Amino acid sequence: MAGRISIAAMLSELGLDPGKVAVERNLEIVPRSTLHDVSVEDGDAFEIVHFVGGG
Amino acid sequence: MNAPRSVNSDTWAVAGRTFSSRLIVGTGKYKSLEENAAAVEASGAEIVTVAVRRVNISDPSQPMLTDFIDPKKVTYLPNTAGCFTADDAIRTLRLAREAGGWNLVKLEVLGEAKTLYPDMRETLKATEVLVKEGFEPMVYCVDDPIAAKQLEEAGAVAIMPLGAPIGSGLGIQNRVTIRLIVEGAGVPVLVDAGVGTASDAAQAMELGCDGVLMNTAIAEAKDPVLMARAMKAAVEAGRLAYLAGRMQKRRYADPSSPLAGLI
Repeated sequence: MAGRISIAAMLSELGLDPGKVAVERNLEIVPRSTLHDVSVEDGDAFEIVHFVGGG
Repeated sequence: MNAPRSVNSDTWAVAGRTFSSRLIVGTGKYKSLEENAAAVEASGAEIVTVAVRRVNISDPSQPMLTDFIDPKKVTYLPNTAGCFTADDAIRTLRLAREAGGWNLVKLEVLGEAKTLYPDMRETLKATEVLVKEGFEPMVYCVDDPIAAKQLEEAGAVAIMPLGAPIGSGLGIQNRVTIRLIVEGAGVPVLVDAGVGTASDAAQAMELGCDGVLMNTAIAEAKDPVLMARAMKAAVEAGRLAYLAGRMQKRRYADPSSPLAGLI
């Protein structure tokens, strides 16, 4: 990722709707309200999840 | 729990939310999202369980569950299926809360892949942590009245004992312990797992359960939409029979026609 971008911007670049996913950054939940404020840093590890069919 | 007088207003409540349908259905194992949505519709369910999984970033345009089953109309109950430790289940539900924005969740912590039996030590540990963090966990558990009581004391908002192993379709294996759990519980009790066909669901309701949760029995039926209808009818029939109060069993016959005036 070039330059410093927000997590919301990263999601958009991946084609994901920030309103439908949850993001964990380095094992910490990133509250949806702060997705626009938190920058992606070098070495960050993300989990991006959503709801799928299940029992 | 006391049976309400009026059958017409026979609702149940979990964690302050009131529902009319006593059938909760899963959203796994369907051939398509269309079939899944049609089965949910036919079942009349107001709550569906959903799983939390990684997004597929290589194909973000593939259809999503939320496009077929509207979370504004049906309550999504995020589930921790596939978690084998308290830590994994807690992590999953923290993400689920962020994705969905609500606290009502289904906790299940499994002990082994072969039986998918719940690990009650980890389940109890996870329940305590989740309640502290403000979650309202409906908890999948063994059909053990003591374990059920411990979960309730830990803050579980519903107790969900298995009727038989997940996906087995064997029906309720231990009616005695299910009934003991119902009698001892101060929170709703729902049979979760093991239902194979309509009579199993009716039996759970006749035992006094507040509801039934199922996935495979509908999804793996030859005609899932028709089976969803059958399950709706079975849950309602079982509930009505429970409210009506069944006759006593006798060891011998008792004629239905009067003996007086017999020629």
